[in-house]
Amino acid sequence: MGWARKILRVNLTNGTCTAEPLNMEWASQYLGQRGLATKYLIAEIDPRIDPLSPDNKIIWATGPLTGTMASTGGRYSVITKGPLTGAIACSNSGGYFGAELKMAGWDMIIFEGASPKPVYLYVSDDKVELRDASHLWGKTVWETEETIKKTHQDPQIRVSSIGRAGENKVLFACIVNDLHRAAGRSGVGAVAGSKNLKAIAVRGTLGTGGIANPREFMKVTYEKKKILAENAVTGQGLPKYGTQVLMNVINEIGALPTRNHRDVQFESASRISAEAMHEKRPSDGKSHLVTNQACFGCTIACGRISEIDKNHFTVVNNPKYWGASGGLEYEAAWALGAANGVGDLEALQYANLVCNEDGMDPISFGATVGAAMELYELGLLKEADIGIKAPFGSAEALARMAEMTARSEGFGKLLGLGSKRLCEKYGHPELSMSVKGQEFPAYDSRGIQGMGLTYATSNRGACHLRSYTVASEVLGIPVKTDPLTTEGKPGLVKAFQDATAVFDSSGLCIFTSFAWSLADIQPQIQAACEGDWSMEKIEVMGERIWNLERQFNLAAGFTRKDDDLPPRLKTEPARTGPAKGLVSGIDKMLPEYYEIRGWTPEGVPTPETVSRLGL
Amino acid sequence: MQKSLHIDPNKCTGCLQCEMACSFENYGIFNNSRSRIRVFEFHHTGRKVPYTCTQCSEAWCLHACPVDAIRLDAATGAKVVMEDVCVGCKVCTIACPFGTVNYVQATGKVQKCDLCGGQPACAEACPTGAITFTDADWTGLDRMRQWAQRTDTQPRAAA
Repeated sequence: MGWARKILRVNLTNGTCTAEPLNMEWASQYLGQRGLATKYLIAEIDPRIDPLSPDNKIIWATGPLTGTMASTGGRYSVITKGPLTGAIACSNSGGYFGAELKMAGWDMIIFEGASPKPVYLYVSDDKVELRDASHLWGKTVWETEETIKKTHQDPQIRVSSIGRAGENKVLFACIVNDLHRAAGRSGVGAVAGSKNLKAIAVRGTLGTGGIANPREFMKVTYEKKKILAENAVTGQGLPKYGTQVLMNVINEIGALPTRNHRDVQFESASRISAEAMHEKRPSDGKSHLVTNQACFGCTIACGRISEIDKNHFTVVNNPKYWGASGGLEYEAAWALGAANGVGDLEALQYANLVCNEDGMDPISFGATVGAAMELYELGLLKEADIGIKAPFGSAEALARMAEMTARSEGFGKLLGLGSKRLCEKYGHPELSMSVKGQEFPAYDSRGIQGMGLTYATSNRGACHLRSYTVASEVLGIPVKTDPLTTEGKPGLVKAFQDATAVFDSSGLCIFTSFAWSLADIQPQIQAACEGDWSMEKIEVMGERIWNLERQFNLAAGFTRKDDDLPPRLKTEPARTGPAKGLVSGIDKMLPEYYEIRGWTPEGVPTPETVSRLGL
Repeated sequence: MQKSLHIDPNKCTGCLQCEMACSFENYGIFNNSRSRIRVFEFHHTGRKVPYTCTQCSEAWCLHACPVDAIRLDAATGAKVVMEDVCVGCKVCTIACPFGTVNYVQATGKVQKCDLCGGQPACAEACPTGAITFTDADWTGLDRMRQWAQRTDTQPRAAA
């Protein structure tokens, strides 16, 4: 069956924990994790509520393949209404926490209400309790994890927690597990902070049993692992270079957003690339990269473990940052680097460590710094406002702003609101490089046209993980399409969006999709879960999940005008590279996308679509 | 020919496929806490080290057991716990210098690696070759070869 068939409901207002059977009818329609938890959330909250009020709920959810031997089967997601966007939020994380939760016998945990004082949830198999977290409040993620393990005298506990950013309701605060894996986007950490929920600590010793067809499951998961091992991206590129393999590639095709999207190529890209992480530093003769690391059950192992240069100005007097730790991944290296014009690899790693330590999304944080630097260059923000000179390219400003945002000190309070609110405050909302309030990730929609439509229509605000058409437009997976044209992109985006929703609901990692199609995960789901999980069924399910999320956003007040890009991308052509002279063709793609989706010209699912998908 | 588990920590990524394979092979469930091989992560250095019983020739656990519940499998060289004989006294866990015999509360017995009867599931599951099942006489040969390669005594073209 794959599922543990049990969920935990925690009412933080009353301090109660209640076990409930999993709604198996919903599980048969929404599978798990992203799809199933979204179904629960939408059934239980009013879409118009304030995301940071006790009316919001926040769900930690695993998929049926989480905690199994299927490769990458260790994922969990956090689902809530996001404070950065006001839209549905679903942030996915790896590491070991998700599998531990599943092995403790829980498919998901739903938190409702708000605690009058700081608490953390301790789960030891079926024994659960809310415990006082007063002594943890004000502590970083790293201190929290260490303290909890000591308190329970159990080094094998896995912890998912917020740092000071989440406590202070930084609108892009994330939830971090295993020190440097994060449910990163849309401010899910701020929702936990608003509820005085510091952490979940889990020890699971029951295991994941009840696989519907164990013999078939072992056979098919071995076959599929072989495909990952033999694929150039998942078998060689990602383990050796990590996602950072993209830095030079995306720069070369002229789609690396630079200095708040003023440019599409960064002159220092090679200095912050995967290749640079492998090189020996002149200062100490060591390479930045120490090793790669897998998440639970993952046979790809794209994670980066690096050691910062102890002589770098950011850490020279701060030994706590000297050890090996997580980073840099491509998105973080881009957001902290190219987006601000900073080409100092060590400074990026320092800002990344601060993000991990205090639980901030480095994409939104870095992009917000980029917006602040543009405001500074335009003379709209002064040194006196920030406390430091902040021109594009300043590693000092990046490092200082990371600290002040993580701790909500001074100007950091404004940075913590994200670029949309920051730019609005200074009278230039158009300088926020965001959709629905969430900042763009590391691909420029002038150089990769499909990504413009991806961002505009993503249900959680600008995001690359909702339909990674880069795979097709740049890497040729599954088929090569031209990144500079809008032709065929609406259909491509829809196909990626629907398929991704299935991956995200299974417990597996979307990175497997470099080598696997839906046809590769379908037999794994079928062998693990009882019932019918045919290709036809899971394809429709992906589309159903997408439309369910869309319905939530529409009910929350979003309209067609929110499916749009900032004017810069539609009016300021790319200045260099293969996309030189091009702007985003979003206005051309959007109507066609709505039509292919079976939505009205206003972007609302038609009654036929709603009924066809069984919504 | 006897074979032994050979572990190369430098190749370990920390994916824990070995732990799941072990628990599935022995208990039919994915449960890392029941695995007889464990991967330890040393965060500050980025090192991950799989660790399990090395099947000592003169096994401390076997000699310490007062009820002869740990026996030699002559075919594989594994020291195997006879669950129906074990009384859960834990003396073997004290005797073992490496800590690789472990008490299990759920059963009231000890568990340790038994080489899966000659086809260790962990080695089969390991995606990177960090755990291999090799001719026991070759233990260390790979490392020897690596160091040999570093010695600067290769014949050179005549100067």
